[in-house]
Amino acid sequence: MSDQRHTNDVVVKLKHPWRWISAALLVLIGGAFVYSLVSSPNINHDIIFKYLFNGKVIDAAILTVVLTIVSMTIGTILAVIFAVMRLSANPILKAIAVLYVGFFRGTPLLLQIVFWGYLGIIYPTIQLGIPFTDVVWFSEKTSLVLTSITAGIIALSLNEGAYAAEIVRAGILSVDAGQTEAAKSLGMSSGYTLRRIVLPQAMRVIIPPMGNEFISMLKSTSLLQVVSVMELYARTSQISSQNLAQVELLVVAGFWYLVMTTVLSWPQSYLEKRYGRGFQPSGSGNRWFGLNRKVSA
Amino acid sequence: MTNMIEAIGVRKHFGSNQVLKGIDLTVSRGEVLCLLGPSGSGKSTFLRCINHLEIIDGGRLYVDGSLMGFEEHGGKLHEMKLSAIAKQRADIGMVFQRFNLFPHLTALENIIEAPVGVRGVSKSEAVARAKDLLEQVGLSDKADHFPAQLSGGQQQRVAIARALAMEPKLMLFDEPTSALDPELVGDVLDVMRKLAESGMTMIVVTHEIGFAREVADRVVFMDGGVVVEQGSPAQVIDNPQNERTKAFINSVL
Repeated sequence: MSDQRHTNDVVVKLKHPWRWISAALLVLIGGAFVYSLVSSPNINHDIIFKYLFNGKVIDAAILTVVLTIVSMTIGTILAVIFAVMRLSANPILKAIAVLYVGFFRGTPLLLQIVFWGYLGIIYPTIQLGIPFTDVVWFSEKTSLVLTSITAGIIALSLNEGAYAAEIVRAGILSVDAGQTEAAKSLGMSSGYTLRRIVLPQAMRVIIPPMGNEFISMLKSTSLLQVVSVMELYARTSQISSQNLAQVELLVVAGFWYLVMTTVLSWPQSYLEKRYGRGFQPSGSGNRWFGLNRKVSA
Repeated sequence: MTNMIEAIGVRKHFGSNQVLKGIDLTVSRGEVLCLLGPSGSGKSTFLRCINHLEIIDGGRLYVDGSLMGFEEHGGKLHEMKLSAIAKQRADIGMVFQRFNLFPHLTALENIIEAPVGVRGVSKSEAVARAKDLLEQVGLSDKADHFPAQLSGGQQQRVAIARALAMEPKLMLFDEPTSALDPELVGDVLDVMRKLAESGMTMIVVTHEIGFAREVADRVVFMDGGVVVEQGSPAQVIDNPQNERTKAFINSVL
């Protein structure tokens, strides 16, 4: 031994043959699948390209985005209201919030959509007035007020409100109780504390699952075809029922759903950064840092 | 002139656990009072009762001549509206063991939040005052730092500045240095010492016997939910009469 301190030791790295084999296998299977689709004589690629940018399809895609954004907005407002109700000291408000979440989470969304679509059968007219008296300010046929789009938005919003209420509640609970105490000690009211101190901190916990909800909502709008809302899926399946190119139009619809979910998930990282303000020590604000760091082999 | 605080037979229990068993205590204006006692003696609970973070079950607690959290008329005590309680609290500053700064706001934003949002002070005025306060606590250069970027001692000094921004008539300190690394305690105590010299009425729950001896006008020793002994630091710390006080002072010195 010439070098007693082992400064020239040769290290043989551990080989990971299965990493290579499994990767190669998956690439092969994936490649074969894509090739089978592209080369299949049973898929008419011209039809796909013909309808991809068809005006009716684009309009339907826009309607899908509008339905998503409107239902998500109403759903989120409902969620905050019901989350706060559930956390309130009032037992009646609490019970109502529990019932609401239980009911709308516990029944299939499809069922709820059909229900709102058929509401006109149970209540032929809609009235606004004082219950159990003859005072009526407003009365109208249900079918005129509750168009299929309105019914769809109501169904999606109420359902979303129930799911998101639990997300918002978890976010509020994640904020340290000391924050509320400090706010109280400074003379802040409970509403002010919720708005300025608790919710901004809860957002950090709320946003990632809400991103999930947003994407889930975008896809759930396709269920509205059962109440004949001409959103993307309804439109493409209507076209395919005429030209019998079912698979081609599924590809068209799938393409636009992918585009929309991809584009609509971009704001999430912006929001995460904004509400993450103050939660990272200086210099480590880049959220990709942790993801990009290589796991040492 | 009335006393700043008058506690008469203040009682508080959590479930079957009687935490305060009738506290009688007066604090006059400008007085610095240190509350000593073993953990579980009720000193923090008493402090939290003063600004109604805990609601007392019996007795009466007056702050600056008015009953805390209740109104008396028709021979009965009526619970106050939450907005009225918030108003009472706004005049009482509190500093917590774990700082409780708002982590999503910078040091400066922490300080101006309540003056602007609760008192309706203009933002420019609040900012000017906040910068002034940051200078007083020796943190002028940290205005734009978030709490997570500050050391514990710096956070606690921002928390003191935040409480002072409401121009309170009384400051409550709940073990303000207990969560700090030993080398950071001095800076916080310096700020509190200056505040005491400026004439602020202060009630300090602490284990810092040295601070109590040097700064306190009066030391109160609590144990088992009652005031066991009180007097000047020289009496209570250096020459305690009660056995429990003696045992406690010996254990912390």
